[in-house]
Formats: sequence, structure tokens, C-alpha cells
Amino acid sequence: MADTATATAGVDHHDDHGHHESFWSKYCFSTDHKIIGFQYLFTGMAMGLIGGFFSYVFRMHLAFPGSSIPFFGVVSPAAYNSLVTNHGTIMIFWVAMPVLIAALGNFLIPLMIGCDDMVFPKINRLSYQVFLLSAIVLIASFFVPQGGFGGAWTAYPPLSAESQYNGTPFGAPMWLIAVTLEIVAFLLGGINFITTVMNARAKGMKLYDIPMVVWMIVIASILFMASVGPLVAGAVMLLFDQTLGTGFFDPAAGGDPVMWQHLFWFFGHPEVYVVLLPAMGVVIEIICTFSRKKLFGYKMILYSSIGLGILSFFVWAHHQFISGVDPRATYLFTTTTLLISIPVAIMLFAMIGTLWGGSIRFTTPMLFALSFIAEFLIGGVTGIWLGSSGTDIYLHDTYFVLAHFHYTFVPIAIIGTFSAIYYWFPKMFGRHMNEFWGKIHFWGTVIPFNGIFLPLFVLGAAGQHRRIAGYTAYPDLYTENFQDLRVFATGSLIVLILFQIPFFVNFVVSLVRGRKAEANPWKANTLEWVAPSPPPHGNFGDNLPEVYRGPYEFSVEGREKDYWPQNEPETAK
Amino acid sequence: MGHKIIATGRSRTGIPTGRLAVWWVVGSEIVIFGGLIAAYLLNRFLHGSWEVSAAYTNTFIGGANTFWLLTSSYFVVLAHAAAEKRDAKTARKYIWYTIGLGGLFMGFKSYEYATEISHGFTLFTSNFWSFYYTATGLHGFHVLCGMVIMAIIAEKDIKHEQNWHRVENIGIYWHFVDIVWIFLFPLLYIAK
Repeated sequence: MADTATATAGVDHHDDHGHHESFWSKYCFSTDHKIIGFQYLFTGMAMGLIGGFFSYVFRMHLAFPGSSIPFFGVVSPAAYNSLVTNHGTIMIFWVAMPVLIAALGNFLIPLMIGCDDMVFPKINRLSYQVFLLSAIVLIASFFVPQGGFGGAWTAYPPLSAESQYNGTPFGAPMWLIAVTLEIVAFLLGGINFITTVMNARAKGMKLYDIPMVVWMIVIASILFMASVGPLVAGAVMLLFDQTLGTGFFDPAAGGDPVMWQHLFWFFGHPEVYVVLLPAMGVVIEIICTFSRKKLFGYKMILYSSIGLGILSFFVWAHHQFISGVDPRATYLFTTTTLLISIPVAIMLFAMIGTLWGGSIRFTTPMLFALSFIAEFLIGGVTGIWLGSSGTDIYLHDTYFVLAHFHYTFVPIAIIGTFSAIYYWFPKMFGRHMNEFWGKIHFWGTVIPFNGIFLPLFVLGAAGQHRRIAGYTAYPDLYTENFQDLRVFATGSLIVLILFQIPFFVNFVVSLVRGRKAEANPWKANTLEWVAPSPPPHGNFGDNLPEVYRGPYEFSVEGREKDYWPQNEPETAK
Repeated sequence: MGHKIIATGRSRTGIPTGRLAVWWVVGSEIVIFGGLIAAYLLNRFLHGSWEVSAAYTNTFIGGANTFWLLTSSYFVVLAHAAAEKRDAKTARKYIWYTIGLGGLFMGFKSYEYATEISHGFTLFTSNFWSFYYTATGLHGFHVLCGMVIMAIIAEKDIKHEQNWHRVENIGIYWHFVDIVWIFLFPLLYIAK
């Protein structure tokens, strides 16, 4: 009895002080890192619905040009531009970043490093509030006169700089303000993440004892901080061009539109790795746990990800091979771009090496994690054509590019997110998700995903240009067999969207009625599984865990159990 | 919130969390100004006409402003030294001297803007002037923010003898704002 009393003393902190929080202070204005993580998660998922709806509308339009789309109506060229622009913006900035970095980082970092909260809880809350504001500004921009911004998510001037070209006098500046606010939110959050991991690790946790997903989020945060500055500067200049009439990027006023491309892609390409690394970290955690194997090449993965981060600053101009950069520079950027496949390959092979000889359990999170490797590989391999200036000059701005980056971003943002949700759901909410419906959701996501984007490789290789609202207007571009492929891709998208319904139902039902989860249902080693499920405010109660070993000590010889939690002293069996 | 937060006081690196965070803020600001300055330099090399525009900036005012800012950095160091000795009165005095010099800087800047605009050099005159106003404006905004934060630290923290470390943290930020000016001054005023 006495033991139970001390064990729960820390858990029931609030009751001890007779302290009751209202709904608002507990769920809306909390400084608890877990609640802020959920806020990011749910906002990101809600924005994902909007972004997904946009993709449904413009894919329907591409399959059935000119017809009225259910739930939307007829798509005008201006609306088409706005839809594709905001689909891209939302999916990158309001889905991938908040879910993979902010939600996972907030929820996992303090738990996994054995700490009770972020070191700056109030800055953490402020970061979410700024992010929410940015989302509101973005959504509001769809409803202003002449609609949301339609200058593509890369916002190349002069198309983006003057409303006479993009037709959105209010939508364009609002879009820019929203993006800038979002960046500010992530700078605040990133500073918090890095400082927390540097300063608040559990006693005994050395650098090589940090779980890989925490490392990855930290490296991603540093990458983001180091790369986003030029975009902020560029955004200020572009905003002045749009609203005040300066000519930073206007050739008629002596400005240079290619300068925007440099400022944008200096950030834009590292951004790929900013979202890739956390997803990689998630997959690594899951693969180790469900193959009961020690991670193959912990240090190698770590050094590769750092090398990848450094290299990512020297690849940006591969987006500009046809923008009039010096041809000599294309040698340099082709080389660095191809070089970056080496660290990525090292990381993927380390994952496969971890699986080798393991006792693999095909749970839903594991299925998603394995499919990440397979699908991301296609994205990576097709990048080789686009990184080489010779082939890129032909393939640039075709559907091939589009298929390529969806084969990288969908595994990262969608598959990575789902594997993380299925894996950490028991810890987040203290209940299990339904495995059967999880597997239905898995197959219903991964198969149609390939159905959408494999045809687009064919379209792109055939020279189909992206960002064209209606092919019927261009007889040279419009052929019947291409139209079949477009219809097939659109049909696959609708199947994919329909198969998200089981996920949402499963999520909500499990939240209320799912099987109760114990503290460590997957028998994993990392510290978050030491805390109760769901962890209370303060995570571990009064005694923070102490760390004795690395995070992946699975199947150690001579031990009864096949796992060895980080906080278990050597003497324990 | 009623819950004691332990993490804030912990320091595995031996560096206080606040100071670490300020350095990360400085790091993220370096790339913001870095992007702006890189864009300026690219344009400067491309357009010879910018030398002519740059000849109209007032080197005397720019120089005087450099002097105020550097002196203010000296005072913020004295404030930090006083805060180390837990001497609230002296620390507050020097923080206010720093704010005063920041104000002097902003005053000179406003006068400079006013005369330039009255001579017809506005944000829209040419790309040089667009850069000039954007870069110095962004810098001036940072000066203003620093002044406000320093006033809060002096009157809310140091007056009540708490959060002494904030003097050092704002000092790091203030030095950074100074160093940005050290780059802007030659680029915009001297290189003609």
C-alpha cells in the first residue's frame, strides 16, 4: 500500500494541491508539452483534410475537365491555380511541419529524454498560438475578394509579385503573411526543442543514448533555423513588392526574379530534409521495436544525417537548371545533389540491416514503417534524373517532377505520420487502436497512393506539363490515352480518400472505447514507455528516470527478456 | 498552472537555458540578415548604378549612429557587470543609458529618413533605396524591440532583484543588433 501511495503521489499532483483546471486552461492554454503536441497534431490533421479536399477538386477537374465537381462546382483557371498553390503550401507548412516536427517533437522529446516538460513551456504555448494564427490567416485568404493566392507554392515573381499577373490583390499578401507567421512559430518551437535536448536530458543520458527520433527532430530543427532566414528576408521583400510597389524582383525596376528563386530554394531544399529526418527517426524507432533488434549502425545513421544536413545547403540550384543559372554552376549542383543520395542510402540500408534476422511482427505501425522504406526508395531513385542537369532540362516542370516529390513527401508526411500515430497512440491516449481496421487503412492507403502517382511518371516522361488547368484548351497536349491515365490517377485518389474514413473512425472510437494500454505495450526500451499511459502532467511523477544504456538494447544475450529499458539498472534481471 | 517545472532549472551543458536560447535566436537572426545582405551584395555587383545612389546616404549621420550604438553596447556590458555583483541600482542605471543611446540612434535615424524622403529618395526611388529602407528598417525594428525588452527587464526584473540573468541575455541580443549595423554601415554608407 505504501508503495502505491508514493508511486501515485506524483501522478495526482493536481489533486494534492486541490487544483482543478477548467477545460480552457487544460486543453487550450496549457503549457504542458503533451497538450501542445496534440494541438499541433489535431490542427495539422484538420489542415490535412483541407489540403486533401483541394487535391480531390483539382484531380477531378483534370480527369473530367470543365464538368461540375461534387462539393465544389466548376473549376475556373484562377480557382485551379489557387487550389494547387494552397494544396502545396498547406501540405508542406501546415501538415508535414506541424505534425512531424511540432506534434511529435512536443509530445516525444521531453518523454524520451526523461524530462517533465520543455525548458520554455510558455514559449512553447506561444509557438502554437502563432501557428494557429497563421492557419487562420491562410484560411481567411480563401475568402477575400478574388480568392486565395494562385502563384504556385514556390511563389516565383513576377507572377507572385503583382496582382495584375496572379489576380489576387489580397490573397497573395495574406498568403505571404501566413507563411511568415508559420515560420516564426517554428523558429520559436525549434529553439525550445534544441535547448531542451541540450540541457534537460535525464541523468546518465549521454549523447549516444538519445533515441534516434529525438536526434532527428533536433537536427531537423537546426537545419530549419539555418536555412529559413533567407526566405524570411525574401518574404519581406516580396511582400513589399506586392503591397507597396517596390521592385526587388521586378526586372523593369532593375530587380532580379531569379534572386527570389535563390532565396526560396536555399530554404526549400533543406526543407525536404527538415521533414524527412523526423519521419526517418519514427521509422527507425518502430523497426527496432518490432524486429526486436539492436539498431544497425546508430552512429553511422547519426553522422549520415548530419552530413545530409550540411550537404542539403549546397543543392538548392538544382531547382534552377532551366532558370538561367551559369551552366558551370550546374556541374557543381548536379554533383552535390547526386552526392546527397549517399547519406540517405546509408540510412535506408541501416534500416534494412536492422530488419535482417530480426523476429519481425507485422503490426500496423510496422507495416507503415516498412512501406515507408519501399515507397521512399522510389522517390529517391527518381530524383537522380531530376538532380542531373541533362535530364532535368527535359523533365523540369512536368508531371514526372510532381510524381517524384510526391513519392518522397507522401511517405514522409502521410506514411510517416500514420506509423507514428499507430505506434504512440497507446502512450498518447492510454488506449490501443484497432489493429484490424488499422491494417485495412494501411492497404487502402498504400495501394491507391501508387495508383495515383505511378501514372504521373508516365505522363511526365511523355512531356505533360504541370500547372495547366485545362488540357483540352491545348490540343497538342491533349490526347485520349493520357486522359485515361489522368482518370485512373483521380480514381485512385478517391479510393485513398475513402480509406481514410476507417482511420478517423478508428481513431475516435479507440480514443473512447479502445483496449486499455499498459505503460509499455510494445515492450520497447525508450523512456517514454516508463511513464504511465497516458502520462500525467509532469510525465514521470516525482522521480525522473535515470539512464544506464542506449535506446536499442533488444535481444541482448544472456537476458531473460528480449528488451532492456534504458532506465533499468544493470543489476536487474 | 500549480505544477512545479523542474526542467527550466536543469542544465546538462552547464550553460543556462536562457542564454542557450538567446544564442539560437541570434543564430536564426544571422541567416535572416544574411539573406538580406547576400541579396544586396548580389545586386550591388550586378548594378554599377548603385554606387551613385549610395553617394546620397549621409555618412556623417551613419557614423554618428555607429558611435551611439557601440557606446550603448559598452553600457550594456557595464549593466551586466553590475548585475553580476547584484547591484540593482547601477545595473538599472546602465540599462537605461543603453536604452537612451538606442533612442538617440532611432532619433538620428528618423531625422535621416525624413531628410532623405524630402530629397525624393523613397522606398520606391530605386532598388538601392528599397534595400536601404528594408535593411535599415528591419535593423531599426530590432533596435526598438531591444529597447522595449530592456525597459521591461530594468523595471520588472532588476528593480525587484530577480531574473538577473536576463541582463546578460539581452546584452547578447543587443551586441548582435550592433554587429548587424557594423555590416550595414559600410555597405550602405561607406562603399560609394
